[in-house]
Amino acid sequence: MATVERSIPDAPAVSDSAPGISVLPGDELARSALVSAQAGGWCDGSGVPLRLVSLSRREFLRYTGLAGGGLMLALAPRARGLRAAEVGAQDSPVFTPNPLVRIAADDSVLIYAKGPEIGQGIKTAFPMIVAEELDADWSRLRIEQALIKPEVYGPQGAGDSRSIPNNWDPLRRAGAVARLMLMTAAAKQWGVPVQECSTSAGVVTHDSSGRRASYGALAELAAALPVPDPNGVPLKQRKDYRILGRRVGGIDNAKVVTGQPLFGIDQRLPGMLYAVYEKSPAYGGSVAEANIDEVRKRAGVKDVFITDGDPRGDAPPGVVIVANSTWAAFGAKRALQVRWNASRASADSWSAAQQKARTLAAERGPRTILEAGEVTTAFAAAKHTVDAFYTYPFLSHAPLEPQNTTAWIHDGGIEMWTPSQMADQGRATVGQMLSLPVSKVTVHQTRVGGGFGRRLMIDYMAEAALVAQKVQAPVQLMWTREDDMTHDYYRVAGFHAFKGAIDSRGKLSAWQDHFVSFSADGQRPVAGGGLSGEEFPAPLLPNVHISQTLLPLGTRCGPWRAPGSNGVAFALQSFLHELSVAAKRDHLEFLLEIMGEPRWLPPQNDRALNTGRAAAVIRLAADKAGWGRKLPPGRALGLAFYFSHAGHFAEVAEVSVTRDKKLTVHRVTVAADIGPVLNPSGAEHQCQGAVVDGLSTMLALEITMEQGRVKQQNFGDYRPLRMPNAPVVDVHFIESDFPPTGVGEPALPPLAPAVCNAIYAATGHRVRTLPLTREGYSV
Amino acid sequence: MLRLRVNGQERVVEEELDSATPLLWVLRDHLGLVGSKYGCGAGFCGACTVQVNGTPMRSCSVLATAVGGMEIVTIEGLAGSDEHLHPLQQAWIEIDVPQCGYCQAGQLMSAAALLRQKPNPSDADIDAAMSGNLCRCGTYQRIRAAIHRAVEIMTARLRPAGGANGDG
Repeated sequence: MATVERSIPDAPAVSDSAPGISVLPGDELARSALVSAQAGGWCDGSGVPLRLVSLSRREFLRYTGLAGGGLMLALAPRARGLRAAEVGAQDSPVFTPNPLVRIAADDSVLIYAKGPEIGQGIKTAFPMIVAEELDADWSRLRIEQALIKPEVYGPQGAGDSRSIPNNWDPLRRAGAVARLMLMTAAAKQWGVPVQECSTSAGVVTHDSSGRRASYGALAELAAALPVPDPNGVPLKQRKDYRILGRRVGGIDNAKVVTGQPLFGIDQRLPGMLYAVYEKSPAYGGSVAEANIDEVRKRAGVKDVFITDGDPRGDAPPGVVIVANSTWAAFGAKRALQVRWNASRASADSWSAAQQKARTLAAERGPRTILEAGEVTTAFAAAKHTVDAFYTYPFLSHAPLEPQNTTAWIHDGGIEMWTPSQMADQGRATVGQMLSLPVSKVTVHQTRVGGGFGRRLMIDYMAEAALVAQKVQAPVQLMWTREDDMTHDYYRVAGFHAFKGAIDSRGKLSAWQDHFVSFSADGQRPVAGGGLSGEEFPAPLLPNVHISQTLLPLGTRCGPWRAPGSNGVAFALQSFLHELSVAAKRDHLEFLLEIMGEPRWLPPQNDRALNTGRAAAVIRLAADKAGWGRKLPPGRALGLAFYFSHAGHFAEVAEVSVTRDKKLTVHRVTVAADIGPVLNPSGAEHQCQGAVVDGLSTMLALEITMEQGRVKQQNFGDYRPLRMPNAPVVDVHFIESDFPPTGVGEPALPPLAPAVCNAIYAATGHRVRTLPLTREGYSV
Repeated sequence: MLRLRVNGQERVVEEELDSATPLLWVLRDHLGLVGSKYGCGAGFCGACTVQVNGTPMRSCSVLATAVGGMEIVTIEGLAGSDEHLHPLQQAWIEIDVPQCGYCQAGQLMSAAALLRQKPNPSDADIDAAMSGNLCRCGTYQRIRAAIHRAVEIMTARLRPAGGANGDG
């Protein structure tokens, strides 16, 4: 396996003619930035300039796919139920419905990005996959966000770091089918066997005669061919890749840095109104009374109404204010006074939950998750036993773009613009709410100002649909930051009461964990509140007992970047370090010993933990961080491993801690195996971002509630990490030959235990409660 | 009626405005300049950062009526009217800084004000100048790198034509 080091590339040499970027003034700016973004840009230091082209309106329309003509190929793997005939492949140069690849006679190649861009880079990575197999000229490609139409594109959500693994094969086959059809068209035209043709950057060549034809020149002929079975088309070898594996910059970067209207909040429609939706501080409470007549009189306010919400529960009860500007709506919201009825969430108390969990620590939980071997016997025979109680709090996602959706009911349907991670589900929900077929629910996927799992929920779409029914105009539902922080689907808190045993040989011989979490229905844990018996290290140990208690909860919880793993990793990997310390063993050696021989757990599943891949990333992280090197007093390294989302990750944190508990995280070394790295710039960036997110969270973030009311309101009392405290993050990939897997989440979980293990090594103090501010630390 | 000078142009807001309306919402809802973002409404996150007479300000916390006659620059005007993107914008693209991108307009406006004051800032200068801008995606490391890269681009642009290999 090759180790590939990734870092910020050296800046390209700058010549006088340098930047190569020219921007047209005034009204042309938007259009030219658009074109430059669509043209894409290598960011690998090759110095290839971005070329801006001024387009006529007609060209603009053509490039953006609004004009007819050309070859269109639906994604349409047969397994998804779409056949060639259904997309009208036989007779017309235009394939319908919405295609993924569109090649016009003018050589313009358009690829539709089907998934939501939430900062994970998928709007760049998906087209890279298609373009690679299509053998398109990346520098001339245009990329458009697809409408939300899962009946055409398949699932269009982004979650669980599944975008790449789930779409890898269909997307490359979509590109390969297009390429094969273009080659077949050329072969027909030239009267040669297709096997004698090859492609490169948008051109088919007949190798022996030297004949060449551009994709555009072949588009109409190719459009008349039958679409071959995607499962039968040949795919490229990894060594032949020209696009995948290169550092490719975000496809919309030029639009982002020039302030173009990309996000949900940026949507503006003629006659649009602005709405806010006041909800009970304890989630789900209905309105007992409200001063809506008074608020209605305010300048700019168009309407105020009380709603019971959507009976399905996607939009809660509340008071809706519609106004002629965001500020007028916000002002009216401040003037609104509501008395709320109690809800089930009104009983939620963080202080009471902590006390309850503490009292349960000595017992096992009523739900047994895993029982193996003889734990009691092993504890009796142990040389050392260690007991520890770990706590981690509720968290908010706090994406920087507050929840919003723009909705407009017109022409017998509804049209929406939403920054969602799961707009396909939102579309179905809205259809049900409004008793409309999904064909009457048109959903535009906007760029998303941060996801982190929050936007897998679609409450803001449901709220916008509810509001739009009452408004005879386009309306933008806008949440305030305070709405966002107090009405999240929170990362659930958790408690682990551990007991571990070290035998006379210094080996980990028994493991007991009583995991206290929460349930909304008394039956199942809330999202992120479960624990699998397959969680490392349990399957590798001889004597294990894992049990669970579920405390009642009415406050909404939901998936938060690396659900479950983001809390469990802190507790498990810190406690493992407690045990290696008790055994007086080096933690690296201790972890590798537990991993043992390379094998899959469970077997026959290439999304499972592979102890060989795990050991390799642990060794690599240790090696790159200089594990074992001498550091001054108060400064130390900490190591942790975690496996989630099919990704194997090990991280080493280098920290120093002063006597008054001021913490500095100097550097974090990440070693990862996610299979082949499709876009090294993007993958490295996800790891860097996950480390910052993990550190930010463990340092100072917690959501607390009493009587169901969340205390934290804004970034003044929920304080994410800022630049001065951001560590240097080194990222190293082992590019194994396993199928590529996602990288948005799995780099986050090992960060907290790596830092806590480093704090222990530096100070002898074991952190068992997060955030660190609760243990007296500051940065 | 409110008159503002934004990105070098006189802009007039005809609608009747609440006197407490922050500059951010005049830009976004009345002037159609949506590049400046709403993140917190309280000056914590910096997503709404614009320059007023060259100073970075949180437009969510500045009254629109208080900046009449002042020179307001938003992300839409950062490139200016010459042939180039601002060196910071170019550096942001080269280094591939954005993840979700929502905070980046504010980051760029803060960084541009920094470079105006300190054309060759140290890491400590950068940390100090940028600490008011949150990035939830954690792009800080690349922002730092991109600010240093922008300094190189600015230096190169100032070099006289034909002096590609010149030492002076």
